[in-house]
Amino acid sequence: MLDAIGVESLDELLRVPDAIALKAKLDVVPALPEYLIQRRFDRFAEKNAGAGYRSFLGAGAYRHYVPPAIAALAMRGEFLTAYTPYQAEVSQGYLQAIYEWQTYICLLTGMEIANASVYDGATALAEAAIMALGATGRQRVLVSRAIHPNYRGVLRTYCDGLDVAVDEIPFTANGTTDLDWLANAVAKNAYAAVALQSPNFFGNVDTLAPEVVARVRESGAVPIGVVAEALSMAALAPPGSWGAQIVAGEAQSFGVPVAYGGPYVGFIACSQEHMRRIPGRLAGKTVDNAGRTAYVLTLQAREQHIRRERATSNICTNQAHCALIATIYLALMGRTGLLDAAALNLARSRELASSVANIAGVRLKHSAPFFNEFVVDVGRPAAGVLAELQQRGILGGIDLGRCYPELGSCILMTATELTTTGDINALAVALEEVLHARVHA
Amino acid sequence: MAQPENLLYSKEHEWVSLDGDSATIGITDYAQSALGDIVYVELPKVGSSIKQFSTVGVIESVKAVSDLFTPLSGEIVEVNSALENDPAAVNREPYGAGWLLKIRVADPAEAKALLSPTEYDKIVHASH
Amino acid sequence: MLGSMHRNEGVPLIFELGQAGRANRYFEEGKPLDAFLPAEVLRDELPLPDNSELDVVRHYTRLSQRTFGIDVGFYPLGSCTMKYNPRVNDAIVSWREFAELHPYTPDELAQGALEAMYELERSLSSLFGMAAFSLNPSAGAHAELGALLIAKKYFKERGETQRDTVIVPDTAHGTNPASAAMCGFKVISLPSNPRGRVSVEEISRVVGPDTAVCMMTNPNTLGLFEEEIAEIAAAVHKAGGLMYYDGANANAIMGYTRPGDMGFDLMHLNTHKTFTIPHGGGGAGHGPLGVAAPLVEYLPTPVVVKSPDGTFHLEFDRPKSIGPMRSFWSNFAHAARALAYLYANGEQGLKRVSQLAVLNANYLRVKIAEFLETPYPETCRHEFVASAQTLKREHGVRALDLAKALLDFGYMAPTIYFPLLVPECLMIEPTETESKETLDGFVDALRKIVELAKSDPQALFDAPVSTVVGRVDETRAARQPDLRWRQQP
Repeated sequence: MLDAIGVESLDELLRVPDAIALKAKLDVVPALPEYLIQRRFDRFAEKNAGAGYRSFLGAGAYRHYVPPAIAALAMRGEFLTAYTPYQAEVSQGYLQAIYEWQTYICLLTGMEIANASVYDGATALAEAAIMALGATGRQRVLVSRAIHPNYRGVLRTYCDGLDVAVDEIPFTANGTTDLDWLANAVAKNAYAAVALQSPNFFGNVDTLAPEVVARVRESGAVPIGVVAEALSMAALAPPGSWGAQIVAGEAQSFGVPVAYGGPYVGFIACSQEHMRRIPGRLAGKTVDNAGRTAYVLTLQAREQHIRRERATSNICTNQAHCALIATIYLALMGRTGLLDAAALNLARSRELASSVANIAGVRLKHSAPFFNEFVVDVGRPAAGVLAELQQRGILGGIDLGRCYPELGSCILMTATELTTTGDINALAVALEEVLHARVHA
Repeated sequence: MAQPENLLYSKEHEWVSLDGDSATIGITDYAQSALGDIVYVELPKVGSSIKQFSTVGVIESVKAVSDLFTPLSGEIVEVNSALENDPAAVNREPYGAGWLLKIRVADPAEAKALLSPTEYDKIVHASH
Repeated sequence: MLGSMHRNEGVPLIFELGQAGRANRYFEEGKPLDAFLPAEVLRDELPLPDNSELDVVRHYTRLSQRTFGIDVGFYPLGSCTMKYNPRVNDAIVSWREFAELHPYTPDELAQGALEAMYELERSLSSLFGMAAFSLNPSAGAHAELGALLIAKKYFKERGETQRDTVIVPDTAHGTNPASAAMCGFKVISLPSNPRGRVSVEEISRVVGPDTAVCMMTNPNTLGLFEEEIAEIAAAVHKAGGLMYYDGANANAIMGYTRPGDMGFDLMHLNTHKTFTIPHGGGGAGHGPLGVAAPLVEYLPTPVVVKSPDGTFHLEFDRPKSIGPMRSFWSNFAHAARALAYLYANGEQGLKRVSQLAVLNANYLRVKIAEFLETPYPETCRHEFVASAQTLKREHGVRALDLAKALLDFGYMAPTIYFPLLVPECLMIEPTETESKETLDGFVDALRKIVELAKSDPQALFDAPVSTVVGRVDETRAARQPDLRWRQQP
């Protein structure tokens, strides 16, 4: 091959000016044969003991049952090793799957349009806010303090870049957004968007009442609904029904493993009027040159490769494969499976709630309706209580004091269909021990 | 091909039909052909004021976007809302059903900065 | 050819297949939801179809058969580095200890994950000559955004808020200007010189007190190495600006030079290109963001740190950080895949990767130059551009027609119409994992297609004819957007 090219050596092809040629001694992990790579990762795996603990962790990442059929399909090489479907004629299968995903998200959220995915729930909120900035020409957004702290953090990071201010709505003692405060705040007609999450970070159903939606719309702001636990949409009234014009969410719950944080799959859905501001890929249905049904990436003039600095977003690679997993999950579950799963999440979380609330000194912080997680006040610093539960092989939940100083004695606990009665009993026994150890001592 | 005689033109390939202080604006046949199949036209709000040669909208084809510049200053009195459902009209009849906007002209003297059909024809031929 | 047996049959949508009574029993039957929640918070209906597992398996198997991946055939998509994705990487991340590790697991119970991330971070820093990497960004464009946010904050803290301009060459990926706009920067496009490169004179002319960042890829998207990169970086630095390396083309330089050695202050690496993470039909990607020493404090949170006692931690409290960029720490499963790939290669193996990638690209270049224009006839790196300009002028056959005809020969088409400065451009990147036999087969196919363009152009206008659908009507798709299925009334 070197002869065909007309050079003597590989180095001749790759030579760079001496001033920039690599001279440093590198410190890269050593090369290993494949069986020893697996052994190396065995060692990492052994040090991830947390994956085997009884876990009540949720807060934006949820362990749900994943039928094995999903991996059997999604890991097929045709799907796994494809690039973005630029050549429609040899990508009809993937394009149709994206079209199905867009439809599923529309049906679940109650919206008209959905995109092919964004990175995750947090960036979905940031991108949704940018849509609203473009639609209104304003430079301020208003978000509930009961939205996931990480989502708000990412929103701030993005808004810093655009010199956009982010204001926060307080929550009530019952753990839902203070709608009176909200209604007053929007009266200044200054906000591009008003965002609420439901169920919110505390697990509580948290939506805009019809009269508040009207106030928000009158003010010119775009109502944004955030969904961090996608499975809740199987049970709860969808964001479209309470007046959200844009929905930003995370679909990890649909068959995607928690995998220490990613990859997950964000989605954005919106009403028809915002269609041309939606970021990222969109698959559309059309015909081929013989009139046969065909699918293709469409409305591409919104995107960075064409509109460059005036694109709706810089997103290029999104989360297609995770969206495919979620699509297959939804197809396998169907209406019946989703309703059964939702019912089990509701049942287990209530079993957990009543079990811990029976312990002296423990009370449920809020009484609002919740889906599969809720806040427990343990009456003393949550961090210490969680550390002691951990000694007993239990990850008891999230210490809310980390993000809400006023909730330093509160734990966010989650139960899904995978939580067993054994798990719940073990937690109750351990929590009793931890809180009342001094009595026995 | 020759340019319609009764119109004025801009270097950015817009045409203007002047009638007193009212002007109808569109893009030329050359422009629509260069853009290819037009799929969407984003037009300004009625009532807004626009300044000569500033960007007032966007024309999208399948794989390109192009700014729409106004050849004259003024106030938007009407936009061609039929293009929302039928953007192909710009390809089909750039000087007729594919018109884009009507404005109340702020300063008729600005028309001096525009091109005659012959002058515009030269620009089109130079770009071939 | 691909799926040709089914050409005349479409595949119904999953929504058109579903029927009541075909539900799978993954769970015991649940109670009615109003046993748990007040009716006013419940949804009225859940209008989704039930399908048996068999029907779902057949449906998505059929869809996979109508999809082209690297596993199906040669995928010379320029700037996308579509190399073989070793299966061991996917196997490892499916292990329970990784797949079921919750992101809020206390650090002491996730030491394996943290150590893996730390090892990857250290290796990348050494390999690319950066002080540190963040593993947070989810893709290249996401890292670009992070880097420009860092630049913005860095200049703000230095009182240099007048630096509001980002310079990108006309060969840049579209994400570069789009990312700049998301940080409120103005964008200047820099014309390439006749040799397809950025010249020191041109860059010296445009830099100034308003320059924030100059974003470049090297080799650039024409596949050409910017030999004057050190002088370009010096000119930008002299004006007070920062240099950003778009790592989409890093597959061409490993073991020979490093972005840090070339003078770059910020960079990203697309591990879903260079480090074999499967692209999955459009992501998830993974775009580690590297920085030089003065910018380390600005990296997004959290950062993986190693304590003196040898344990690893996620550090959130970093006062100068631009803040978090994603819901949770990293696309961890992808970071683990990237580390497994690093272990499979080591330093010498990665050098071999670049050598073979460049060898394959040059071999393909000289072979294709026998029958198609190559506008930059000199040694390329990992990719090169060809042009159908003459074919178009003489026979009316465009790059698009060549691309569609290649599909009939069982190949994925190259990237077309990019970079924009080459008319009728085909951008071809073979990668190092392809054999000489595969490259020769591709050359033969393209040679036949070019001959056909001269003898029977109509045959190319009609292509592809062996795929499940013929040319797709993109104009109709955009004029009458149909973006979802609806229940027929």
